[in-house]
Formats: sequence, C-alpha cells, structure tokens
Amino acid sequence: MANGHGGLMAMYDKLHFPSPPANDAAEALRTQVRDFLAVTISGRTPLQRAESWNGFDRDFSRALGARGWLGMTWPRRYGGHERSTHERYVVVEETLAAGAPVSAHWIADRQSGPTLLKFGTEAQREAILPRIARGDCVFCIGMSEPDAGSDLAAVRTRAEPVDGGWRVTGTKLWTTNAHEADYMILFCRTSGSAADRHKGTSQLLVDMKATEGMTVRPILDLAGQHHFNEVHFEAAFIPSAALIGVEGEGWSQVMSELAFERSGPERFLSSMQLLLELVGALQGSDSELAQAAIGRLTAHLLALRRLSRGVATMLAAGQDASTQAAIVKDLGASFEQELPEIARSLVDAEPDRRSTQDLLAVLGYTLMSAPSFSLRGGTREILRGIIARGLGLR
Amino acid sequence: MDDTDGLLARTTERLLAEQVDDAAMRAAASGVWLEQAWSAAAELGLPLAMVEGEQGFGVALSDGFALIRLLGSRAIPLPLAETMVANLLLARAGLPVAEGVVALIPAAAGVRLDRQGEGWRARGVADRVAWGRNAAALVVEDDGRIALLTSGFEVSAAGTNLAQMPRDQLTIDGAAQVASWPGLTLLEAGALVRAVAAAGAMETLVQLCTTHVVERTQFGRAISGFQVVQHALARLASEAAAAAAAADLAVDAFVASAADAGLAIAAARSRVGEAVGVATGIAHQLHGAMGFTEEHRLHWFTTALWSWRDEFGSAGWWTRHLGAAMLARPKAAYWPTVTAV
Repeated sequence: MANGHGGLMAMYDKLHFPSPPANDAAEALRTQVRDFLAVTISGRTPLQRAESWNGFDRDFSRALGARGWLGMTWPRRYGGHERSTHERYVVVEETLAAGAPVSAHWIADRQSGPTLLKFGTEAQREAILPRIARGDCVFCIGMSEPDAGSDLAAVRTRAEPVDGGWRVTGTKLWTTNAHEADYMILFCRTSGSAADRHKGTSQLLVDMKATEGMTVRPILDLAGQHHFNEVHFEAAFIPSAALIGVEGEGWSQVMSELAFERSGPERFLSSMQLLLELVGALQGSDSELAQAAIGRLTAHLLALRRLSRGVATMLAAGQDASTQAAIVKDLGASFEQELPEIARSLVDAEPDRRSTQDLLAVLGYTLMSAPSFSLRGGTREILRGIIARGLGLR
Repeated sequence: MDDTDGLLARTTERLLAEQVDDAAMRAAASGVWLEQAWSAAAELGLPLAMVEGEQGFGVALSDGFALIRLLGSRAIPLPLAETMVANLLLARAGLPVAEGVVALIPAAAGVRLDRQGEGWRARGVADRVAWGRNAAALVVEDDGRIALLTSGFEVSAAGTNLAQMPRDQLTIDGAAQVASWPGLTLLEAGALVRAVAAAGAMETLVQLCTTHVVERTQFGRAISGFQVVQHALARLASEAAAAAAAADLAVDAFVASAADAGLAIAAARSRVGEAVGVATGIAHQLHGAMGFTEEHRLHWFTTALWSWRDEFGSAGWWTRHLGAAMLARPKAAYWPTVTAV
C-alpha cells in the first residue's frame, strides 16, 4: 500500500511473526522429554498437574538438570549444554503441557540465569550458573513493591553505599518463592530518588539464606495458598561483589530480564490441564456446542503456539521481540481466562477444588488462579501500552 | 523458482498498484470486470505461478501464498488467488492447466462426475461460484476425483458477496477430464486461499487505522494520544497477528503435505474468522462515521473480510469440524496432535 509513513513497513513485519524452522534435533528431543515425564511424574493427579507453575519440587528440578535440560542454551563452561533455543523451547512446553512441577527451577532457568549470563560478573556466573543448570538453585524476583507495581520505575527500595558494599532498606512485594529461594535479583535504587525514575537504579544479587536484616513474610493468595511473600530489608548488608552489571544501569537490565519473562509458552500453557480434562470429559461428543467450544479453543491454542515459536525464533536470531512477546502474553492471558468460563458452560456441576472428579477439581483451581493471568509478569494494560508503542503510537 | 529476494512480490505489488487503483476498485464494485488488470497479471504469469514443470513457473509454494496474502492485503477484486491454486491442483492431478479464470467447485456443491462412454461428464448446479460469469474453466471435485471442464456450464443466477465480488450460480452439464484425487479437498484448498487473503486484509486494517488515528485530531490532539485508542489498536494488531500466524501454520502444513494439514486449515479458518469479527469492529470504531461511507476505502477491506471468513465453509462449520476431529481422538492424543500440526 502506498503511504506516507516510512516506519509502517517495519510495523507490519512486527505483526507477521517469522516461521519457526523445522528442527529435527528438537523433535527428537521431544520424544525423550515425553518418555522422561511419563515415568517421572506418573503419580501426579490432574489437580497436582494443574498447579504446574506453583508445583515446587527440588527433586524434580534436579532430575531435569541431570538430564541436561536446564541452562540448555548456556556455554558449557558455566554448566550449560549449548543446545539451541528451539530445543529449550521443547523442554519448556513439554514440561508445562504435562503439568510437571517447575516452580523450583522455573524463574532461575527462564530469567535469573540469562540475566547473570548477560550482565553478571565472572565470579557470579561461575558460582551460580552451574547450580541452576543442575536444578539446584532457586531464584526469586525482587521487582514489585507496595508503591511500585505496574509503575516499576517508582521503586523506593534503596541501597546506600557503605564500606565494602551497600545497606539496603525497603520492601519487595508479591515475591514468589522468597521463602524457598536461594537468591533474589533485587531491583533497587543506588542513587537519586524515586523522582529520578529510570536513572540511578541497579540490580543486586541477594543471598536469601545468609543476609542479615532481611525478613520474609508470607502472603496468601485468594485460594489460601502460600506462593508469594513480602520481603523486608532493614539496613541489610549486601557486599559490593553482589552488583550485577553496571551501577545505575538497572532499568535497561531489568527491561531485558522482563523480555525473558514475557516471551515463553507458559503464557498460554499454564491452564493446559483444564483443557485436557475438558477434552477428556467431552470425548467423542456429538454435541455441536462441545465441538464448537473445543474447536475454538484448539484454534486459539494452535495460533498462540505458532506466535510463541515465532518469538523464540526471533530471540534465537538475537532480535528484539518485546512487542511480539507482549502480543503473545496478552492473547495468552485472555485465552487462559476464557478457558474456565467456557468449561463451566459445558459442564453441569459446580467447580470444587476438593472434588473427587478431576475436571471439577481442576476447574475450581484454574478459576481461582485465573485473575492472576493478566496481572503477573506485566498487566494487560501495560502490555497493550507496549504493543501501542511498537505500532508507533507512543 | 525461488522468490527469496522478493522480486516477484515487488513486481506484483507494482503491477497491482498501477492496474488496480481506487477508480478500478470502484468500477469493480459496480460490476465491471477489470480486463486490463487481469491481462497484465496473466502476462506476468500469476495464474500459472505455482505450477511446476513445463506448464508453469514453479514459484515456491510459500512464495505463491505470499502473493495470495498480497492480493488479500489490497482486496483485489479479481479471481487471481483461486486461479493460481486451481492450476496448481490441476497440474498435481496430472490434468492440463487452464487458460483464463478458473473456479473451484468443492464436493459439497453437489456436482456429480459420472462416466459417459469412454469419458466423464459433470452435472449439477453449483451456488456462489467466485467469478462464475468470467470463468473459462472449472475444477470440480466429486467422490475422490477432480475434473477439469472448459465448456458445458453457464450462469443460471448472478450474485455477489458483501464486497460486490461476483458469486454466481452455475448450471453445469459438460464433458470433463477426470483424475483421481487423494490430496486435500477443494474445500480445504479454497478455505486456505480465503484464510491467507483475510490475513493480508487484516494487516491493511492495522495500517489504515494506525494512519488514521495519527492524523485525526479531536479535542485538540491526535486521537492516537488517547490511551483508550492505543489499547483498541493494540487489540486489533494482536488479532491481526494471530490471524496471520494461523494462516501461516496452515500454509506450512499445506506446503509440507502434512498429514494434519486439514486440521491446520480448519484451525486457520476458525481463528481467522473470529479475528475478523474483532478486527473489523475495532477498525470501524476507530474510523468513526467517515469509515462508514462508500467513499472511504475502509469498507473494501471490511466487507471482503466479512465475506471471506464464511466462504468455502463458514467459520462456524470449520470450528465445529476441528472440534469434532479433536474430540474423536483420545485425550492423551490431544497435546501430541497440537505439536504435530
């Protein structure tokens, strides 16, 4: 189309995601992962599988690490396996689709490890990356605060320089796994004030097992479960060796970390067990209502998977996929939030997390998790702002 | 022929820009056949672009579908995409390719192929045939066979779709050249063409809307500055991206002759069909009253999308078809099917 806006062609490319290449190695790996999962998590009930994201099991993470399926793309000298992005994608999507308990390695493998690899000191990489790759190191994310949710630049947690390091004071909120974690990547202010916004922020590597002046308080979610926490720092000493990357460059580093957080297939696969239970319950149905619902959900799932693999293809080529990742996450959250509503319309019974009927238990669980889908890792509103910026509107 | 450098795509784009300007679009909507544009496209070789061997130009199938996407992005009121794919299927079946406009008549149309002496005869009435009035040849499917007809059919009732593109009833009674046909059905092939074209047209909706909201001023500022407008456009863009991904998935499955190509096409039609509803609604809302006029170009794309999403099987039918196929398999096969498609 003829038009007077020079940047528009680039915009269309943004909406036409690249084709994922055929990858025989990745497909061979898929079979191995399925065989492994069929044995390793055979005892998990559908309800336990539905908790996949929140399923915390260090033994499972170590078993995955022992197979070489964590830190897959990292250099060998840091305990990695120098496999392709596509191979890692296969492991991630197969573990999620099976409802494996990924919580003990999930954050470290997805974003903390890559952040250390990209910005960390040599000592940090050597000490920590091999442990993550073994499935032996749990991370939590120190970003959100009571007064800094979607507005991350408003962080107040402050690291005052002292002899040999910093004294950190402030409060982090919604910190998943802080009560289990070995480390946190803390996003905080090392100079200036909250009014300085992006300037003067840094990332620090906090040892969750050996930091004095730090307290972790549980916050139960609406289902009464303990996954996230409040982490309070009261003049806690953090040594100078804990600085990740460059002091004052925290904002660009944290944006890079969020790109890892937003790009994966977890953004539409976390409710997969409900879809599988629904398919099982409606098996062979000649109801046109059931066929229409499953057809629509399947079409959405196939399109989302294709988009997500397109993002993985871009990341493998070293391209910036922030707009595309926001599109996948926004569409994925909407898909996952619709799922329990559609399931309800097809099942004439009440959702009940304690039901002996798997479908009703999984439905109850997913329904109570669903509000978080468009909050965690960037709200719907933030994502649509990112997409609009990608289209040149902001 | 490999169009990785995009030469054919650029040449085609230039040809379409020259031959199908706004005046031509309006003429076509009033029922005029764009003979000059068709001839130019035929001279460039588009109708035979995807045909391999001596009969055609052997453009890679994925590049051929990129041309169909381009045709869709301009809502070109000519049966080029159908003819490209019809000739591809004819050649694959070992039948001769056809001169001029070719129309696809899927088995669901109910046209029968019967033996007659040494040869075959096609008989029946086919509804809503794209550019039936201009067709020089038909490709008909019935009972595992496809046939080429170059005569023995006539328009028994003229009609159009919502975009004023001819959709005619043909009465058929003519000699046919027949071949067995184990491949994708003509319904699937036609459905794929419409999905890809629709993905292209949705890309244009994003473009028209982006340009409009940046240029349109209200309350003393460009309306692109309003967050509610930004978020509406973000949603439109996401639906366009999803439609493109679903169409690409189906094209790749078709190109690879994948066992589940039929499922991929069904998924594409279901997802594209839903995206069209959301995307056209947002596009008209963003354009306000001026986009609701005959004068504005927006409706060339929205009316085409409203028609394409239900041609060669409605979006609802494809959705149920996909659902029934998934529910016919055991629960344990669901995820492996998703990763195999």
